[in-house]
Amino acid sequence: MTEQHDGQTFVRLPTDPAGRIYEDQPTREEVLSWWADRFAVPRDVLVDFSFWEKGRGKVWALHTDAESPVRVEGLGMSVLRTRGDHWKPTTNAAQRFGDRADENVLHLTRDQAAAFVAGEDQEIEWDGDWGYLIATHDIAGETEPLGVGLYLHGELRSQIPKGRRRNL
Amino acid sequence: MEALERYEPLIDDFDTFLSACERPLPSVVRVNTIKTDPDTARAALEADGIDVEPCAWHPGLYRLDTQPGANWPYYHGWLHGQEEVSVVPAAVLDPDPDDRVWDACAAPGSKTTQLSALMDDRGLLVATDNNLGRISALRSNAERLGVTNVAITREDARNHSLKPWELKQYDAALVDVPCSCEGTIRKNPDTLDEWSLEHVKGIAGSQKGILRRAVQTVREGGSVVYSTCTFAPEENEAVLDHVLAEEPCRLAEFELPLDYVPGVTEFEGKTFDESVRKAKRIYPHHNDTGGFFCAKLEVEG
Repeated sequence: MTEQHDGQTFVRLPTDPAGRIYEDQPTREEVLSWWADRFAVPRDVLVDFSFWEKGRGKVWALHTDAESPVRVEGLGMSVLRTRGDHWKPTTNAAQRFGDRADENVLHLTRDQAAAFVAGEDQEIEWDGDWGYLIATHDIAGETEPLGVGLYLHGELRSQIPKGRRRNL
Repeated sequence: MEALERYEPLIDDFDTFLSACERPLPSVVRVNTIKTDPDTARAALEADGIDVEPCAWHPGLYRLDTQPGANWPYYHGWLHGQEEVSVVPAAVLDPDPDDRVWDACAAPGSKTTQLSALMDDRGLLVATDNNLGRISALRSNAERLGVTNVAITREDARNHSLKPWELKQYDAALVDVPCSCEGTIRKNPDTLDEWSLEHVKGIAGSQKGILRRAVQTVREGGSVVYSTCTFAPEENEAVLDHVLAEEPCRLAEFELPLDYVPGVTEFEGKTFDESVRKAKRIYPHHNDTGGFFCAKLEVEG
């Protein structure tokens, strides 16, 4: 069945582990649980989305449903990488859903935020979990997600893709 | 500017029109309501030291005194740089949340992302383009703005397939076609350098094909908005006239709180269906914008 993963076709994630098309394919339930467990994003934020893979381990979220498989260039938003031991949300998903996150959220000052969106790594104290975090800062009186950082050994490593970096 | 001389019979105050065409355009951003609201975005811009002048006819449309891309609200996907008049067609189509909508010539996605915001980022928005490079720009704009209801297809819009979508017709379609872009002269002063009547006539052929396909894919009672950023009647009223004759549809009235003149029924010896007067021509001197053409069709069968 893995021929369905030719990198051109979107395949809906299975609701049932028995529906997996390869051994460690994420299920819809695992995706919903991961956002809830890692970031405490309430399940109702994501429950109206359908989840899809285009290529192994590249998960997309679509705010409606469609017939699977579907051969298109894009289907909703690329939200998550599930290859490897540590799942990694995309910058865009962190910005779209991160305002509902309540755990593993690192709040930055304006100067730290500027370094973060410029792609710089910085030493910051954090007594929470290591791994992928959602970085936030305050703008216009609101706390707004900036993107994803990798926290290791006292250092926040910016994961902002080159094309999204800005010197602000 | 010579290419524009042929429009003198259509434009009452032609000198005012020409001098408007020579002025550069202000930089305008549209607030992305998927991620924020107009007041919050304005506060964020002003906190960055950027002066904001609201466009009175449309909420969340701001003229800036600087380039739109280098500020915090832009980084967050709260803003999209979009020429003021290019906000018109999606606002005229005004889809509802949970509609099924086709954007036939979508890249780089200014109007696609505006449609998504009008749909509250729900329902299904199918966005088509035939060029992979432009699709890449469409994808990155859609994702930066937080759009999650869009499916992007690479096709010739004239042969758009409903197969991936259960063969269900759309509630609405936006047909903002590739055109000779005469109305963008204020943004791209060299846009008329390569102008030729052959190009205008050639591109009108594909415009007709795309608009026909859009009418075919929309359900009875649904709407199709046709727009260009050009003045040439060959690409505007003549395209409508052709599709009115070939497909079950009619021109619909619509409101637009901007200055405009009606579509023309005669140009260089050719006449067009009387109903094309329901279309609107926006000249650069009307509202200090680029030039634009917009029509709304209702599908009848």
